[in-house]
Amino acid sequence: MRIFIANLMLAFLWALMTGEFTVGSLGVGFVFGYVLLWFIQPLIGKSVYFAKMIQIISFLIFFIKELIVANLRVAWHVVTPSSFFKPGIVAVPLEEQSDLEATLLANVLTLTPGSFSVDISADRRTLYVHVMDVDDPEETRWELKEQYEKRLLEVLR
Amino acid sequence: MPAAINEIIACVFILAGTAFSLVAAVGIVRMPDLFTRMQAAAKTGTLGVGCTILAVAIYYADPGVATLAALVILFLFLTNPIAAHMIARAGYFAGVPIWEHTVVDELKGQYDKQTHTLKASDGTGALSDPDASGPGPQPPASEP
Repeated sequence: MRIFIANLMLAFLWALMTGEFTVGSLGVGFVFGYVLLWFIQPLIGKSVYFAKMIQIISFLIFFIKELIVANLRVAWHVVTPSSFFKPGIVAVPLEEQSDLEATLLANVLTLTPGSFSVDISADRRTLYVHVMDVDDPEETRWELKEQYEKRLLEVLR
Repeated sequence: MPAAINEIIACVFILAGTAFSLVAAVGIVRMPDLFTRMQAAAKTGTLGVGCTILAVAIYYADPGVATLAALVILFLFLTNPIAAHMIARAGYFAGVPIWEHTVVDELKGQYDKQTHTLKASDGTGALSDPDASGPGPQPPASEP
């Protein structure tokens, strides 16, 4: 966290130095700050920050890609006759996780292709997900767990 | 001219945003039941509005506007799915019929109708048999 704040400060510094306080200059400053901090790692001690940052960015890219695919798929479902899909509600068993993690997982599932969180059980161990195309409930369950839960928990922990 | 490039990118995003919003609207009309409707509305609605806000940020290319737009997009992505999820949950309680071509419904019989609490699915991923719930609460989906 301390390194993240340092990185933000470096971004601000870069923006002030270049004399233009825009989104672009802040972004460039952040990237330069990141590289700089990475170089001086032996001085400040190793930190999970560098690996985490890459994980977060790759997850965001993955999420945006999935979001666009989801939208194109919905568009496809909307224009084709509704007899082409087989919806269903499947129960997805969850790992032990906090409220924040469960909320984020439910949100991510809602926005990604074919799945839509309906409710979570009172003990937070089962998430009920409405899925657009269920060929095999077991396979769907496994796919949701592997694809989204694992990735999200990797980023958050 | 850099301004022109700005405008072209903004135009593309606005067009994409309105197209997705149109898909959401048509989806609400065309989909067969509440859950499939919410699927259409939640996903395309979120990305549609997100694209439009992004277009505004790109068009004005101003840090103030961009910060505001980033916040709007952040909260949109956090709250929109929650709203959709609340509507779907409320619909399930109200007994909105689920589409007859739905393949599986593992939520059936898992709700306690008195307390509105939800049981965990029995076993790890075992398909719960709707008849096995015994004299428990009747599944709301089967009501007329």
